[in-house]
Amino acid sequence: MPTPRLQVTTARKEFPGVIALDGVSLTLAPGEVLAVVGENGAGKSTLMKIVAGVYQADAGEVLLDGQPIHFAGPGDAVAAGVILIHQELNLAENLTVLDNLFLGREVTTGGGLRVLNRRVMAERAAELLKRVGLPADRISARVESLPPGEKQLVEIARALGTDVRVLIMDEPTSSLTQRETETLYEVIAALKAANVSVLYISHRLAEVKQCADRVVVLRDGRNAGELAKADITHDNLVRLMVGRDLKQFYPKTHKATGDGKPVLTLQNVRYRGGPDIPASFEVRAGEILGMAGLVGAGRTELSEAVFGVRPVTAGEILLNGEPLRVGSPADAIEAGVLLVPEDRRLHGLVLAESVGFNISLPNLAQISSRFGVRRSEEAELHKKWIERLRVKTPSAAQPVGLLSGGNQQKVVYGKWLARGPKVLILDEPTRGVDVGAKAEIYALIDELAGNGVAVWMITSDMEELLGMSDRVVVMHEGRIAGELRGGLTEEAVMRLATGGTAT
Amino acid sequence: MTRILGVLGLLVVLYTTLITSHPKAGEPDNLISVANLQGRFGIITLGAALVIIVGGIDLSIGAVVGCSAVLFGVLMNKGVHPFAAVPIVILFGATVGLTNGSLITRLKLQPFLVTLCGMFVFRGFARLLGGTLGQASVIEGHPEYKDPIRTLRHLLIGKDPIDGELIFPAQFILLIVLAGLVGFFLHRTAYGRYWYAIGHSELAAKYAGVNVSRQRVVIYVVCSALAALTGVLLFLDAPSVQSDNAGFSWELYAILGAVLGGCSLRGGEGTAVGMVLGAMVLPVLESLVNFRGDASDVIPVVIGLTLLIGAIVDELIRQRSRIHR
Repeated sequence: MPTPRLQVTTARKEFPGVIALDGVSLTLAPGEVLAVVGENGAGKSTLMKIVAGVYQADAGEVLLDGQPIHFAGPGDAVAAGVILIHQELNLAENLTVLDNLFLGREVTTGGGLRVLNRRVMAERAAELLKRVGLPADRISARVESLPPGEKQLVEIARALGTDVRVLIMDEPTSSLTQRETETLYEVIAALKAANVSVLYISHRLAEVKQCADRVVVLRDGRNAGELAKADITHDNLVRLMVGRDLKQFYPKTHKATGDGKPVLTLQNVRYRGGPDIPASFEVRAGEILGMAGLVGAGRTELSEAVFGVRPVTAGEILLNGEPLRVGSPADAIEAGVLLVPEDRRLHGLVLAESVGFNISLPNLAQISSRFGVRRSEEAELHKKWIERLRVKTPSAAQPVGLLSGGNQQKVVYGKWLARGPKVLILDEPTRGVDVGAKAEIYALIDELAGNGVAVWMITSDMEELLGMSDRVVVMHEGRIAGELRGGLTEEAVMRLATGGTAT
Repeated sequence: MTRILGVLGLLVVLYTTLITSHPKAGEPDNLISVANLQGRFGIITLGAALVIIVGGIDLSIGAVVGCSAVLFGVLMNKGVHPFAAVPIVILFGATVGLTNGSLITRLKLQPFLVTLCGMFVFRGFARLLGGTLGQASVIEGHPEYKDPIRTLRHLLIGKDPIDGELIFPAQFILLIVLAGLVGFFLHRTAYGRYWYAIGHSELAAKYAGVNVSRQRVVIYVVCSALAALTGVLLFLDAPSVQSDNAGFSWELYAILGAVLGGCSLRGGEGTAVGMVLGAMVLPVLESLVNFRGDASDVIPVVIGLTLLIGAIVDELIRQRSRIHR
């Protein structure tokens, strides 16, 4: 057997209170694409960060081409050709695409003065952008002006510009459109042909099947198993990931008869900064309305207008037939229109604060007297929702930022459910959530709809959309492109989402 | 770019108002003396702006200016030749910057806190070093320094060696030279890229393999060295310096100049041209208030309101451009 490009043996990493990795091993051959799969908290990210020099392992060994390596920081890893493409924080958004492509390894003249050689960099940049399928005019654009998918491609282009030997991609397609994803597959194939090894982390099982040669599954910081290309199936993966079979992934016990009375009605609503075309639709009691569309179709923005984040400039929002004025999120919350936002770390939770703090936050008026918060009542509230939602946390005092994605998301639900929602707006309800917690969240959504809550679910996850929705509204470039009910198919949704018409 | 246009417009308005406010206001004498002040504030503005670009803040600038001015006088009083005293004072400034930068990067202390402490410490140092010093008292003790001091004064301030009249705005010329250097590094070299990247997203810079700590320390060193140079200029320009108020609150003028010139206090934004333009506003405003015969007590009010209005206009422009993007 030839020397593996990368070999990790019994890596161990402990953080205060958590064993993130407990003796994980893997090998990666030159030119191999290896998918690393596991629930959130299984240790994937920690493993990747050890390989890329962000963390140092407490025990175990990492070999690159047979040589033991000890990276002191990400700079060392980059120099050795081990590049990590993160989900976040890799680009300096105030700089141009060109600047970012060469950040840290500029082409310079003038020795120690390091004067930038723009001409050479521009030539190479054009070549790199071409390889990832981005138009050449993006070179001088500031990164902050790009849509998320293009940012991701810029990061990949940057990695291609180095002498990359091991490329690590953490959920690379989470913000890519279908076409951009296809380009990514081509790039991966080209890298493979150039004998570059790729470690690929993903939650999307279809994607893993598409591009991986082999899958390594992690669970609770240990190796849970491995699948060769031929054995990669949805069921096999899920079984290894959660350690049991998952029946009833998408429960549908609530009865959406379609004749529930409209709870939330939008009539020709426009909002500041939004499209010129007004939006109208309704969400009925006891139904789950799925809202589909490509990234940037304006779904999140519309939900933010209803939640009072973006000022409504025209049209009317009705709640149970009564006009509803939302000047701020406080108005929406008071009326029982609640939002589980897309970016929970930014908009959903105060990350540094405890689980209990976050659950209490929108409910303080109810548990306070004129002498302040009634502590015993607050503790009761925390206990109730942590138990009901089965939040895995040592206590209510645990900082919520230390929980896994799925448990963080449950806390967001907890803070709203305590208020008794009338309308629940879910924006990407299970993004970054592991399979086990996903099933629990689906069951919860189903239960809420069964209790008569009007659920408006915005999602880019096709399986989730088709599995959970009673009715689907599709948006395309800021307008409502159409509505689908009964016999939902991916093709029908995509046709509307890409600008076609319903048949 | 729009940010530079804003401050440029403000300057045009201020200069026009100044020149039409009084027959003497538009004469070369006054314009040169305004330019000289602009140069002096501009030099500390460059330092403050660089620190702001890398996402920090330096509140010790004024105290370092005062301490350096006093140190310069004390060194010469102790028999150090003026030509040797200048580099020693600048080296002192660099050491201050090294300390600030190391505390901020190695011990991970907040820049605001570290430099706030520095502000007290160096003001205190200045007062321990001496009370009131001036060129006259130095020359009294060391008559042989008379010529070197006057040469420096001629070169750096632009005052006639014989009669001490201000004949050209040397401090402004010095500012342009230094701003050219800052602009070269900021806009033409890899280092400038690192500074912008660090200020906007430190982690992105770190993950790109940039030695973030070293770049930060360098910037603090430059900032404090420029403050020390300004201390030398202050000593050469003023008849005397008092340790308890020389350079007092100048860090705020420097920060004001940087912000007016388009540096965002959030870091990662700013241009060399903007820094110079931003630093030019305050001295014109001061001269204008003087010529209108208003009590000098109104100056702080005018400064405060000007900045506030500038900030409001800036924010409105920004919101508008965001909507129409």
